[in-house]
Amino acid sequence: MKAAHYVYADNAATTQISDPVFEAMLPWLKEGYGNPSSIYKKGRDAGGAVLAAREQVAACLGAEPGEVYFTSSGSESDNWAIKGVAHMMAKKGKKHIITSAFEHHAVLHTVEALKKEGFEATFLPVYEDGLVRVEDVENAIREDTALVTIMYANNEIGTIQPIPEIGAICRKKGVLFHTDAVQAIGYVDIDVGAQNIDLLSLTGHKLCAPKGVGALYIRKGIPRFPNLIDGGGQESGRRAGTENVAYIVALGKAIELTCADIEGKKAVILPMRERLIDELLKLPRTRLNGHRQKRLPGNVNISFEGIEGESLLLRLDMNGIAASSGSACTSGSLDPSHVLLAIGLIHEVAHGSLRLSINEHTTAEDIDHILDVTPRVVEFLRNMSPLWEKITTEH
Amino acid sequence: MSMLYSEKVLDHFANPRNLGELPDADGVGEVGSPACGDIMKMYIKVKDGRISDVRFKTFGCGAAVATSSMATELIKGQPIDDVLKLTNKAVVEALDGLPPVKIHCSVLAEQAIKSALADYYTRQGIDPGPIVGAIPEACHIH
Repeated sequence: MKAAHYVYADNAATTQISDPVFEAMLPWLKEGYGNPSSIYKKGRDAGGAVLAAREQVAACLGAEPGEVYFTSSGSESDNWAIKGVAHMMAKKGKKHIITSAFEHHAVLHTVEALKKEGFEATFLPVYEDGLVRVEDVENAIREDTALVTIMYANNEIGTIQPIPEIGAICRKKGVLFHTDAVQAIGYVDIDVGAQNIDLLSLTGHKLCAPKGVGALYIRKGIPRFPNLIDGGGQESGRRAGTENVAYIVALGKAIELTCADIEGKKAVILPMRERLIDELLKLPRTRLNGHRQKRLPGNVNISFEGIEGESLLLRLDMNGIAASSGSACTSGSLDPSHVLLAIGLIHEVAHGSLRLSINEHTTAEDIDHILDVTPRVVEFLRNMSPLWEKITTEH
Repeated sequence: MSMLYSEKVLDHFANPRNLGELPDADGVGEVGSPACGDIMKMYIKVKDGRISDVRFKTFGCGAAVATSSMATELIKGQPIDDVLKLTNKAVVEALDGLPPVKIHCSVLAEQAIKSALADYYTRQGIDPGPIVGAIPEACHIH
């Protein structure tokens, strides 16, 4: 038996902090412990580091530094943007929110919470290819629409939404447009101005920065909406809490690195993704979930009929492969992933889904290992499955 | 949602006991549903009032596989009267416990056994109802 080969293929869940990011943040955990609000040098230095990070984030988005606000996470950014804008617009009699059926729960549950307060929501369909239609957005906008919020790229199936076009419609109709870009940063060229984006959420831990830091872009000119967190004057009085300097520095460094060469990264990752998809689709009764081309370069989401996702993940783990699934058992509820249901998969097919999310650190040997192991694991699980027995004898 | 499977559960998952089919089974029971993500199929051979052989196939998660496997170990060679008394609780205890969200998988194991026995009795021309009892539907998704 050859030596154990470990492959981390779950970068959509979280990423390892890269070496340059780790080195950049370390001094701010040890010697650079000053509070950025303090007047003495140690404080001013910390403040300078935060400003530098703000400029790095802004540069990647095509925004101004003053439009970037640091938060604890993508979830916090989503909550603040959606609740803040909703409450502001409610005062003008606008209580309708438009979003998609397969947003991350940080958006969906926020919208559900607002519905309990009396807001109305439209959940746009995402069809079999996992793409929102621009016409649907346009047709859904009403006199009382407060906000449109559509994710840039879906976290489970990786499909990339027509954000610039949606932004243009929203701009034309005078409706604010927010996008959860957590999965898209570093893989898609984002220009908030050209793409008509009013608000954008992002997080560090998908970009090789640590968990616990994110940011919200708010276009200058948007009226000041309520804070999520009140307190001291940090983030121009809009998001209280002593700045997490080391993590903010990490986010800045990480986003600068990932945005530096998006095309180069795609050129490395895409062939590996295509190889995974081509080879795995050779297995019988197996399908790719979401549009083949309009997806993140590192995302593979495939359903294998007749088997269950958690068992698939456990057996992959036994062979040193880390991945995730949309099965009910892994979603923590009785239903499989709402994303897979939203694109029309029936429960039993959604249960047998596998998400592999590779990045620029994935190697050809990693792909070899995944392709060596996965078909064997699928075969083992199918051989022990009464469902596979039914499927193959009845058809 | 984090969850810890015991060593025993992971072992039964990685190395399932009595996996397969019995082409000449005396009773076959299948419970669960594809929509639920859980199906268990049990094959039994009965000789002199005991379960002389048993096999299983499962579509389901780690807990589903482990409880199926452990259930077959617990009933192999046992008299039918004892097998009828096997509860999902006993299967869970034998596995050193299951995370709370996974307990329902063990219910399916108990039902699969009862379903196989019911089939055995039916084939004998005996009404299984009074012996095995009702087997309630565990899954509510259709």
